[in-house]
Amino acid sequence: MGWFQIGPKQAQQVKISGLGLKFKGTPEKPRPASPTVKFSPFVHCRRHTRLLQSSMALRTLITRKSLGLGLGVSQSVRGLQTVSLPDLPYDYGALEPAISGEIMKLHHQKHHQTYITNYNKALEQLHEAMEKGDSSTVVKLQGAIKFNGGGHVNHSIFWKNLTPVHEGGGEPPKGSLGWAIDTHFGSMEALVAKINSEGAAVQGSGWVWLGLDKDLKKLVVETTANQDPLVTKGPNLVPLLGIDVWEHAYYLQYKNVRPDYLKNVWKVIDWKYASEVYEKECP
Amino acid sequence: MEKPCQIKSIPLSSFRAAKPEKKQNQHAPAPVRYTYKYREIPLQRDVGLAVREEKEEMGYCCNNSFPASSHVLLTDLSQRWKCPKLQNLRHKGQFHGSQKASKVLAFYGLKAPPYKLDALEPHMSRRTLEMHWGDHHRGYVEGLNKQLEKDDILYGHTLDELVKVTYNNGNPLPEFNNAAQVWNHDFFWESMQPGGGDMPRLGLLEQIEKDFGSFTNFKEKFLEAALTLFGSGWVWLVLKRNERCLAVVKTSNAINPIVWDDIPIISLDVWEHAYYLDYKNDKGKYATVFMNHLVSWNAAAARMARAEAFVNLGEPKIPIA
Repeated sequence: MGWFQIGPKQAQQVKISGLGLKFKGTPEKPRPASPTVKFSPFVHCRRHTRLLQSSMALRTLITRKSLGLGLGVSQSVRGLQTVSLPDLPYDYGALEPAISGEIMKLHHQKHHQTYITNYNKALEQLHEAMEKGDSSTVVKLQGAIKFNGGGHVNHSIFWKNLTPVHEGGGEPPKGSLGWAIDTHFGSMEALVAKINSEGAAVQGSGWVWLGLDKDLKKLVVETTANQDPLVTKGPNLVPLLGIDVWEHAYYLQYKNVRPDYLKNVWKVIDWKYASEVYEKECP
Repeated sequence: MEKPCQIKSIPLSSFRAAKPEKKQNQHAPAPVRYTYKYREIPLQRDVGLAVREEKEEMGYCCNNSFPASSHVLLTDLSQRWKCPKLQNLRHKGQFHGSQKASKVLAFYGLKAPPYKLDALEPHMSRRTLEMHWGDHHRGYVEGLNKQLEKDDILYGHTLDELVKVTYNNGNPLPEFNNAAQVWNHDFFWESMQPGGGDMPRLGLLEQIEKDFGSFTNFKEKFLEAALTLFGSGWVWLVLKRNERCLAVVKTSNAINPIVWDDIPIISLDVWEHAYYLDYKNDKGKYATVFMNHLVSWNAAAARMARAEAFVNLGEPKIPIA
């Protein structure tokens, strides 16, 4: 069949159509239409068409994998879509003094990575259980998937919500999002005060969100517990901004004074990203 | 007819509690014997200090009438309750509104761990204990007292009772978080000792082996529970009342087993603030160190012995005649 085995079942998920590859499931980011395939010495040889197809498939898979790593999604040969740690668009120490480099490093390399590892593990177990038809295991794994998957989703959003001061961190939003904030909350200060008070009031671990209700076109401030993503509070909610109020996000620097952390984190919030998401949903 | 029993006349002064001697340390907390007629004092919010003054005076004179109703149970009072200032103000007969913000009416006190803050080194650093006990635990106590100031119903409970009452059978009142966390941390400090770890002995060991198979098995279960707990919470070894066996239980945030009427034997705090300064994100290492070096099986044995008074773990061996 080629240099590697793709069974008929997996081939359904990995449709090889010409140069393009289609994947089951929606990736989080828009992906390039087709990966670039390097010029192959076999390309003009008709006798090696089968070899060509498999070699191109292999090459596209490999390039897809390398592309995928940059985008935060990779694919194993079995057809199961696993995730990997997205890179931060800034240095660990770039958010000082609002968030220390030590916290950023631990948060990214240890906590987020652990969520990803456990999420992938849970996904594999879920895949096996679904293939076997083991419903009780499928249901049992939902907790782990919600927690670890939610952790991955939330933190991926969080890294995009932060940006160093010299790249526009903390600059209030202009345009439609700024106008929407003024309409719904009265002023930027009122929104910040509301988010800070709700964040400080979260008992235990959780997140505080500025979300957009897609249907009602309304901005909302919500909190979620543990690693629940914002959609658990409402299926129409799109997260614009999320602030991690788990203790690991601030303890080494602010100790137990969560309100101080919440006050200072606004200096590195990336409103440009929030505006982009807002304008996409409410053009 | 019997002669009526002679009641010896007992001087009234013997009922009255001794006033705190002035030459003693001015910072010593007031003795527990005072009873307050709390409800009879008009609660004026802006005269917080004056209320306390009246209370103390009433305490002096109504001590010989032991009301059957509510009383305030004061444990070791918070060090921040400034007694000398109170006495000065009583003399002055004035109070300043600006001072009231820093005063908290102490309903429940901050209990210190039964060891010095650096006694658990190197397994739990002094820094962690200073923050965990000094800031977190103290914060919960002060938060609870502040909430109880505003509440008129939740009064006169012991801390155990308060936790159960505020849990409200699954629909917790806002005071539950603080009350339960105060209870949990009191329990946690006593579940540890310097030079702890090792193994339990005698009856507790037998019970663990009976319910878990072996001590190693129990240890694994405990560590696994610590690792698989999502978010903040606690891991407990409890004696379940209905099942009459020991079990490892993990709870979220502030919940503890006494709300289900079970009897906890040891606990481990897996909120991140408990281990982050020492172990960063390595929860597994923290739990292992707790099991190997910190857990106080002496305290556990004492709790188990007390628990056996409430839960019948074995049939009485009645010989057949």
